[in-house]
Amino acid sequence: MSLLLDIASVVAIAGGAFFFLAGTVGLLRFPDTLSRLHALTKADTLGLGLIVLGLLPTVDSVLTGAKLVAIWLLVQLAGASVAQLIARAARQDRPQGVPQDGPPP
Amino acid sequence: MTMTVFGLCGAALVGIGLYGLIVQAQPLRRILAFNLLGGGVFLLFGVIARRGAVEGLGSDPVPQAMVITGIVVAFSATALAISLVVRLKETGRGDDEGSA
Amino acid sequence: MTAGIAVDIGLAALVAAMALWTILVRDAYAAVIGFIGYGLLLALVWVRLDAVDVALTEAAIGGGVTGVLLLRAVGALHRGAAPLEDGPPPGPATRRIAALACAAVAAGLAFVVLGVSGPAPTLAPLAAEHLPATGLKNPVTGVLLAFRALDTLLEKVVLLLALIGIWSLSPDGAWGGRPTLGRPGRASDTLRFLAQLLPPVGIVVGIHVLWVGANAPGGAFQGGAVLAAMWILAMMAGLSPVPAIGRPWLRAALVIGPLAFLAVGVAGIFIADGFLAYPPAFAKPLILAIEAAITLSIAVTLAMMVAGPPQRPGAP
Repeated sequence: MSLLLDIASVVAIAGGAFFFLAGTVGLLRFPDTLSRLHALTKADTLGLGLIVLGLLPTVDSVLTGAKLVAIWLLVQLAGASVAQLIARAARQDRPQGVPQDGPPP
Repeated sequence: MTMTVFGLCGAALVGIGLYGLIVQAQPLRRILAFNLLGGGVFLLFGVIARRGAVEGLGSDPVPQAMVITGIVVAFSATALAISLVVRLKETGRGDDEGSA
Repeated sequence: MTAGIAVDIGLAALVAAMALWTILVRDAYAAVIGFIGYGLLLALVWVRLDAVDVALTEAAIGGGVTGVLLLRAVGALHRGAAPLEDGPPPGPATRRIAALACAAVAAGLAFVVLGVSGPAPTLAPLAAEHLPATGLKNPVTGVLLAFRALDTLLEKVVLLLALIGIWSLSPDGAWGGRPTLGRPGRASDTLRFLAQLLPPVGIVVGIHVLWVGANAPGGAFQGGAVLAAMWILAMMAGLSPVPAIGRPWLRAALVIGPLAFLAVGVAGIFIADGFLAYPPAFAKPLILAIEAAITLSIAVTLAMMVAGPPQRPGAP
């Protein structure tokens, strides 16, 4: 049973890491602000969800598990709202020279 | 080993921050560089002081407390410096008087 | 163990790369974003060094409050007209010499890091030995509020002095008035939504961080920073008015922490061994009371520092 749980943990965390990687690649490769935001927020929210899911079997108390879930919910809330705000700012401020395409690497 | 890695990182941060402090022309960028430099100094301090960690305590609490105080004081200085720069820009005197 | 070292080397390289990017990138806005990322990564480094208290402070300050402050400054300094510069940027020769000199400084420091040896002088055993007398279980809080309480008291005074300095930069006629935070009356629905949903949770988290600080990583400063962030959010979204700096309740909230600290410290002369000494029987309740008062003061001070000098005359 515990072996199964361990395997499930590893699979979920590896999946989460993969989505983080995918989101980061999207951030670096996509051409404009809006599609970058899209790649980053969606993939990272899913990635963090999978990592929290993977960590849940390893916690030693219900309280710790609840904290992990709370962190996931808070990051979702903050991530979604901030993505909205950045998208709005990018749309409004485009003519005024706020870096829409980001700086050169 | 961990200590050495982060110690070298702290040394590099001091060098990078110092370079920025010298070559940047915009006051805001200098404030950023100064904070990078400060972060490196705190890290060096923490790493060198951590040799004093004893059994039972993960790390020496005295330097930790001093670094926390240091971070707060650095923040105060940064906030004041930023307000000064913003005011300088508002009054429009920054461009003329050079090193004002 | 080797995996841990690999993570450490990767983390250290990332922090250094982020710092370099912050310096070299052309755009000031991007540099500020880089600096916020640097602060958060540095917090992870402190976690790896077993200094969770420092990590919390670095994340709350280096990543959080300083980030808001810098973003507002970029908005004010780099909007429209040419950014403020003092003098032309240095030429390539100067840059090269500066790079060499700074590399030499870094190399010297690296040499020191590689060369340190022998048992370090440490006060850790002394702190651990006297910790039970304070009733606390977190040695860092013990050092901050009992063994080196004078440092912490002075640090709070420094915060207040910096705020007075910021306020004194207000334009003529605006003294005693309101700072501007956000775009008054034009906050977006999204921001208002966030500012309605987050503060109830954030206030609980802030007080929790303060409360567990006695026994686990956390404390007045970290909790105060979280509370300050919630207030800033509410003010930016226009849900809570930015107070005029002349308001008596605001002034009282700013000084109650340092005053309570000072009062307990002076009382220590009469009822305990000296200035800032606690009578052993009441050490923990006194420390918690001081922490609660300074948390309130820190939260208000940080938020007002981010809000900056008053810009509008203080209409009631």
